[in-house]
Amino acid sequence: MNSAAGHVLFVETPAVRRKLRQEALAKWVFCAMAAAMVVPLLLIVGYLVVRAAPSLNLEFLLEVPKRGMTEGGIWPALIGTIYLVFISLAVSAPIGILAAIYLNEYARDNWFNRVINLAVINLAGVPSIVHALFGLGAFVYAAKFGYSIISASLTLAIMTLPVIIASTREALASVPQSFREACWNVGATRWQTIKSVVLPNSISGILTGVILQVSRAAGETAPVMFTGVVFFKSIERGDLFPYYLNEQCMALSMHLYTISTQVPGVKESIPYATAVVLLALVVMVNAAAISLRVYLRSRQKW
Amino acid sequence: MSAEPNYSITARDVNLWYGKFQALRNVTTNIKHGLITSLIGPSGCGKTTLLRCFNRVNERYGYVTTTGEIRLLGKNIYDPDVSLIELRKSVGMVFQRPNPLPLSVYENVVFGLRVHAEADALRKSALDEAVEKALTEVNLWHDLKDRLGHKAITLQLEQQQKLCIARLLPLKPEIILMDEPCSALDVEGTAAIEELMFSLKGRYTIVIVTHNMAQARRASDECIFMLLGEMIEHSRTEDLFLTPGNPKTAEYIEGRYG
Ligand SMILES: Nc1ncnc2c1ncn2[C@@H]1O[C@H](COP(=O)(O)OP(=O)(O)OP(=O)(O)O)[C@@H](O)[C@H]1O
Ligand SMILES: [Mg+2]
Repeated sequence: MNSAAGHVLFVETPAVRRKLRQEALAKWVFCAMAAAMVVPLLLIVGYLVVRAAPSLNLEFLLEVPKRGMTEGGIWPALIGTIYLVFISLAVSAPIGILAAIYLNEYARDNWFNRVINLAVINLAGVPSIVHALFGLGAFVYAAKFGYSIISASLTLAIMTLPVIIASTREALASVPQSFREACWNVGATRWQTIKSVVLPNSISGILTGVILQVSRAAGETAPVMFTGVVFFKSIERGDLFPYYLNEQCMALSMHLYTISTQVPGVKESIPYATAVVLLALVVMVNAAAISLRVYLRSRQKW
Repeated sequence: MSAEPNYSITARDVNLWYGKFQALRNVTTNIKHGLITSLIGPSGCGKTTLLRCFNRVNERYGYVTTTGEIRLLGKNIYDPDVSLIELRKSVGMVFQRPNPLPLSVYENVVFGLRVHAEADALRKSALDEAVEKALTEVNLWHDLKDRLGHKAITLQLEQQQKLCIARLLPLKPEIILMDEPCSALDVEGTAAIEELMFSLKGRYTIVIVTHNMAQARRASDECIFMLLGEMIEHSRTEDLFLTPGNPKTAEYIEGRYG
């Protein structure tokens, strides 16, 4: 390795070649694992769609279940899920976002805020069945909302809240500190800074975090089953406002469970079609979240 | 095949583009073996870019195109048979902010050996010896010999920067590139690094980018002045500062711009 050996400098040695082989192997393995992720997804979706095919049409969406739920469509469950998701996020998103702003922008590192942090983290880890029991005790009995849409939505809201707080904090933390310093240095208050600089630059991340909770709220069965969702509810076909908030409703996740396990003689393709609708709902919402993010992100440059 | 033997780096007509923006224009220069050469010039003139050409890190960005020829120790490093792994082993780089790895002092120094050597060549005794040698060379052995197991990031900045230099030495590099190595350090730290550079010179060819003209004057044997991607002047440091050959150099060192 000195200048006398100039003509053989920097060329591959056997050791280097061995390392490059390992490198190629490592890259291959990582890539294969990443690609493997796609396989279960394709299999699940493919299998569901094939089995569901006979029932997949607009009628299925708009029609109500018939003959003891063995035929017909899923309209009451679909609209019920939309109700639940919408109301629960209407409650949890504002609270979660405001709480996250406090935690990220105002809170100092003292015991009070540490306790809040701990609570948020632990709440995020609580299993949904425990949320269900809590919702039953707190909203159905203690607050006397009874078994109702409002109880079920609030339970879902409590469940999604910690995750919304966490994702919002992450979005806020990704705004460079130098932006805030620039604001403070012209004498802006924290609230002015948040309003004019922090929020506009983190809104894409915040919204994505909130929207991704739609799929969780739509998919959970236990919390709503204990607090306000029933097996069957008779409503009009295609009715957009069939439920009052103090009434019980149907929901897709619960409906899927019922027709797959509790009701004998259901037409074979119906449970699969219900699953496809649930999945499609989630995928559509996620796609909306991603496009919104891309759109907002493209307008913000740093 | 090999160029003048006492040149470590010879650059011929080096042009570099970031996308459409040309950052280096026809840079031609010879950097002598075993000396300290400083690169000076106003902000954005391409000092860092030129430095990074010498170990081909610029290529990491996909949109960079380089033309021309850079020979290190007589070998054109843009030849297709050049292995980047071997090249970077011989050309060490020190950055503006000390960047020790989040490991112990000991592991930082032997990191390069672990990356490059065969597993069985890494006997404990050989590693210990390498650590002592490298830390002695950078004047850290005395201070740190009882703290080899400590986390490197808990050291003072000056010690961290020395450690970053020590980390290069076990690989026996030919050339050490430094990009503003003192700008995060205080006066004493700067003096210590400069002293260290003096003690390393001779064995290693050192190229240092600096914004501090006084430092270039104190600490380098030769000096390269760059402006807008072009190399304006390259001569012995005293000559460049006392009798600059180009009026632009004169204006810069008098502080008319920069
Ligand atoms: N990764 C990059 N992509 C695009 N342009 C770049 C990139 N890095 C540097 N440049 C541009 O190339 C020119 C030279 O940059 P370079 O960093 O080499 O300057 P410099 O002399 O080191 O400046 P400074 O003294 O501020 O460190 C500058 O105009 C810079 O904007
Ligand atoms: Mg630079």
